Amino acid sequence: MFGYSMADIGNIMVMQGFSGLSMFSVLLLMALGLAIIFGQMGVINMAHGEFMTIGAYTTVMLSKLAVSYNLVAYYFVFAIILAFIIAFAIGYFIEFIMIRHLYKRPLDTLLATWGLSLIMQQIFRSSFGAKEVSAELPEWLLGSFKPTPDIDIPINGVFVMGLAALVTFGVYTFMFKSRWGLRVRATVQNRVMAGAVGINTQMVDRVSYALGCGIAGVAGAAFTTIASTGPTSGSLYIVDSFMVVVFGGAASLMGTIASAFGIAQAQSILQFFMTSSMGKVSTLLVIVVILMIKPEGLFASKLRK
Amino acid sequence: MSNTDFVLAIEDLTVSFDGFKAVDSLTMYIDKNELRVVIGPNGAGKTTVLDLICGKTKSTSGSIKFMNKELTKLSEHEIVREGVGRKFQTPSIYENLSVYQNLEVSYPKGRGVFGSLMFKRTEVVDAEVRKIADEIMLTDMLNMEAALLSHGQKQWLEIGMLLMQDPELLMLDEPVAGMSAKERDQTADLLNKISSNRSVLVIEHDMEFVKKIAHKVTVLHQGKILAEGAMDQVQADEKVIEVYLGH
Amino acid sequence: MKLLSSKIIGGKEGAVGLIILATLIFVVMPLGLDIFRLNLVGKYLTYAFVAISLVLLWGNGGILSLGQGIFFGLGGYAMAMFMKIEASDPITTKIQTTPGIPDFMDWNQITALPWFWEPFKSLPLTIIAILTIPALFAYIIGFAMFKRRVGGVYFAIITQAIALILTILIVGQQGYTGGVNGITDLKTVLGWDTRTNSAKYILYYMNGILLFGAIFLSRYVLGSKFGMLLLAMRDKEERVRFSGYDVSNFKIFTFCLAAMIAAVGGAMFTLQVGFMSASFIGIVPSIEMVIFCAVGGRASLIGAVYGTLFVNFGKTFFSETYPELWLFLMGGLFITVVMFFPDGLAGIYSKFAKKSKFLRKFYGSDQPTDPTTTSKVVGAGVMDIAPANDAAAEVVNIKGAKA
Repeated sequence: MFGYSMADIGNIMVMQGFSGLSMFSVLLLMALGLAIIFGQMGVINMAHGEFMTIGAYTTVMLSKLAVSYNLVAYYFVFAIILAFIIAFAIGYFIEFIMIRHLYKRPLDTLLATWGLSLIMQQIFRSSFGAKEVSAELPEWLLGSFKPTPDIDIPINGVFVMGLAALVTFGVYTFMFKSRWGLRVRATVQNRVMAGAVGINTQMVDRVSYALGCGIAGVAGAAFTTIASTGPTSGSLYIVDSFMVVVFGGAASLMGTIASAFGIAQAQSILQFFMTSSMGKVSTLLVIVVILMIKPEGLFASKLRK
Repeated sequence: MSNTDFVLAIEDLTVSFDGFKAVDSLTMYIDKNELRVVIGPNGAGKTTVLDLICGKTKSTSGSIKFMNKELTKLSEHEIVREGVGRKFQTPSIYENLSVYQNLEVSYPKGRGVFGSLMFKRTEVVDAEVRKIADEIMLTDMLNMEAALLSHGQKQWLEIGMLLMQDPELLMLDEPVAGMSAKERDQTADLLNKISSNRSVLVIEHDMEFVKKIAHKVTVLHQGKILAEGAMDQVQADEKVIEVYLGH
Repeated sequence: MKLLSSKIIGGKEGAVGLIILATLIFVVMPLGLDIFRLNLVGKYLTYAFVAISLVLLWGNGGILSLGQGIFFGLGGYAMAMFMKIEASDPITTKIQTTPGIPDFMDWNQITALPWFWEPFKSLPLTIIAILTIPALFAYIIGFAMFKRRVGGVYFAIITQAIALILTILIVGQQGYTGGVNGITDLKTVLGWDTRTNSAKYILYYMNGILLFGAIFLSRYVLGSKFGMLLLAMRDKEERVRFSGYDVSNFKIFTFCLAAMIAAVGGAMFTLQVGFMSASFIGIVPSIEMVIFCAVGGRASLIGAVYGTLFVNFGKTFFSETYPELWLFLMGGLFITVVMFFPDGLAGIYSKFAKKSKFLRKFYGSDQPTDPTTTSKVVGAGVMDIAPANDAAAEVVNIKGAKA
C-alpha cells in the first residue's frame, strides 16, 4: 500500500504472520477443545472461554508461587500441565452434574452452559478480584530473535506455537491411534450400537468433555504469554473459537487447524492495514459470508444427503 | 420417445454415491390408476427410488417425468404441488397436533406464507377432513393428540394426510410395517380403494399383503430391475426366487 | 367475530389472562409505583417486545436467535438518531466547531451530517425505518441461512457472530455512531419534551398499548394455519416440506416479524430512557433476552412478559443489595429453567390451574369437544430440534397455558 516498499510489505507480512502466531495458537487450542466437544458430541459449550480462564488463573497463581520461591525459570511447564489437569477435572465434574442431562437438546445446552459461564465468571471475580492479573513470565520466554535485521520473531510466539502443535499431535494420536479414541469415535457415530457392544458411552462422553476443557486450560496457560487475565478474558475468544470450528467443518480436525490458521492470520494482517476494530469486523464478515454460501464449512466431508 | 400416457416415466435413472450405484440405469413406467408394488432384498435401492422421485435425493443422471413434467429439476415442495405424495417408512406425523389439525394442515390451499395467514377453516375444509378421517378409520380420534395414536393408526394418519393433498401419485414406503394382521387387511382395503382414482407406488416386504393389492410387481436388485409383471409371474421367476423369495 | 375472538383473545381462558396482564400494566403499576420506578418498568416492558419476538421465533418456530439485540438496537438507534438531530439544532450547538450536528461528531472532527443520517431528520421516515430496516436485515440473513437449510445450532452461532460484528462496527465508528457511549442527551420529539414526568406517563401507556398490539398480532399469527405450520416445522420439518410447503419462506417471514417487533421495543426504549448504545445490541444482552423468554415459558406470549418483569425486577433488586450474588443467581436461573422448568412460568401456572378446582370451574371444561372451534394448539410442548435430525428430540408434552 502507500509508503511501503514490496520488501517492506513482505517483512510486515512475516512479522504480522508471526505475531499472529500466538493468537493463532491460543485460538487453535481453544478450537481443538471445542471441536472435540461440539464437533464430536454436538454439545455447545458456551463456558469454554471460562475453562481457558481457569488455565490462565492457574498459571498466574503458580507464577506468584514461583516468584516467592525464586523458581521463575522452571515453573512454566508445570503450569501448563497443572492447567490441563485442573480444567480437565472441573470439566469432568460439570459433565457429570449438568451436561449429561442435556445431550439430546443442543439449544438448551447452549443456554445452560451460558449460565454456567456467568457463574464461573462471578467465581473468578470473587476469588481473584475484578482487576486483571499477569503471570511472571520466565526469562527464556521473553524477547525475540532476529533471523534478518528487519524481522523480529517473538520467542513466546514460537513456544506457544510449539505447544499448540504438540497438543494437536497428542489429540490426533489419541483420537485416531488409541483404543480410547476408537471408543469416542464409535460412540459419536452410533451411540446405541456402541453401548450395545459394551462401550461405556457415559464415560466416553465425560472424558471427551473433560478433555476438551483440559485443552482449553492449556490454551489459558498459553494465553498468559500474550495478555493479562481477568474474569471475562474467556469471552474474548469464545465467538472466534466457534467461528473457527464451524468454519472448518466441525467434523474435521484438519479443517479446524486450517481454519484457525486462516482466521488468525487474516485478522492479524487486516488489523495491520486497517484499524483494529475494522480488521476484526472484516474477518468476521468474510467468515459469515462464506458460511452463508457454504454452511457446512470449508472442509466438511461429503455426506450422503 | 413418447411417454405421454404414463403417470410416471422413469428413464435411465442413475444415482451414485462416491462410486457406489444405488440405482443403476433404471427404467420404469407406471400407468394411471395402477397400484405398483416394488419388492426386493435390502439395499436393492427401493427407498432410494422414492427419494429420487420426491426430490429428497438428487440423481446423477436420467429423467423422471411425472404427467410429462420433468421432476429432477424441481425442489421437494414443488414436486409435492405437482401432485406427488410420499409416505415415509417410520410414521412421519405432527405429534403435538391433533389428528384433525394434522389433516387440516395438509389441505392443499394456503400453502404460501400469506395464504396460510389468511387461511379460513371453512365448511369445505371441514368436510374434507372428516371425509378423509372416515376413509382412514380415525373418525373417533379427531381430537386426540397424534402422539397418542397406535403405530398402525399413525401410519393411517400419514396416509390420510397425503390423501388430503389429493395427489395423482401416492408413494408408500412399507405401509404395513409393524401392523397386526387385522390392520394389514384394513390397510389392503384402504389401498385398493384409493388406487381407483390415482396411481399408487408401494414398497413392501410382506408377500401376502402384496398379493392382495398389487396390479403389477417390480423386483429391484442392486439398483436394477430383476423382473416385472403380475404377482404370480414374478413369484415363479427363477432369478427372483434365487435372489429374494427363497425356495 | 367468533373466529376473531377465539383466535386473538383465546376464548375465555385467554381473555382472563389478557385482562389480568392489562390490569397489572395499566392500573396496578401506575398506581403503585412512583414515576421513577414506573419508568423502569416501562424499560423492562421494552425488553418484553424482544421476549415476545422470541416466543414466535424460538418457542413456536424452534429457531434460536442469539442476536435479537441486533434488531432491538437498530430500532433504538433509528429513534435515537432522529432525536439527536432534533437536539442538535444550530442554536443549541452554537459553541461547536460545526454547529447543527451532534456533539460526538463535532468531537471527532466531522464537519457535516453523514448521508445516512439525513433520512432521520423526518419523523415519518424514522418510523418507516424502524419498521423496515430491521425486517430487511432479517430478510437478508434469513434468506441466506434458511434457503440453505442452515438451522439450529449453526444459525444461533451465526446470529451471535453478526451481533458481535455490529457491536464492534458501531463502537469502532465513534464519529458516525457515538461509539461506545452511544447516542445520548436526547430531549424532544417534534418539540415535545420526553423527559418530563407527564411525558413519561404517556410514553409508558403508549408502550403498554404497543406491547398488547404485538401480543395480538402474534396471537393472530400463531392461531392461524401459519402458526400450526410453525409448530409442525419445529417438530418435523421434512414432513412439512413434503406436504408442499416451502419451509424456508415461513422461517424467513417469522424471523422478519420477530425483527420488527424487537425493533419497536428498541425504539420505545430510546424514547423512555433517553439514550441508546451498543451495549444493548451485543451477545450478552441478546442472550439475556432469551432467558426472559425462557423463564416465561418459551412458547407463551403472556408468559414472556411476566418472565421479563420477573427477571428484571430480580436483577434490579439483587444488583442493589447483593451485587456479587446477582450473576450467580442469573447463571443459576439459566441452568434451572433449562434443566428443570422448560415451560417456565406458563408451565407452572397451567399445572396449578389444572389442580385448582376453582379455576377449572371458572374456565369451564378443559377438554375441547368440538375441534372446529378449538384454536388452542394442543400442547405448547417443549421440543428442541437437534440439527438436521428430527428423530432425537426429547418430547415433553404439557397442555400449556394459552399463549
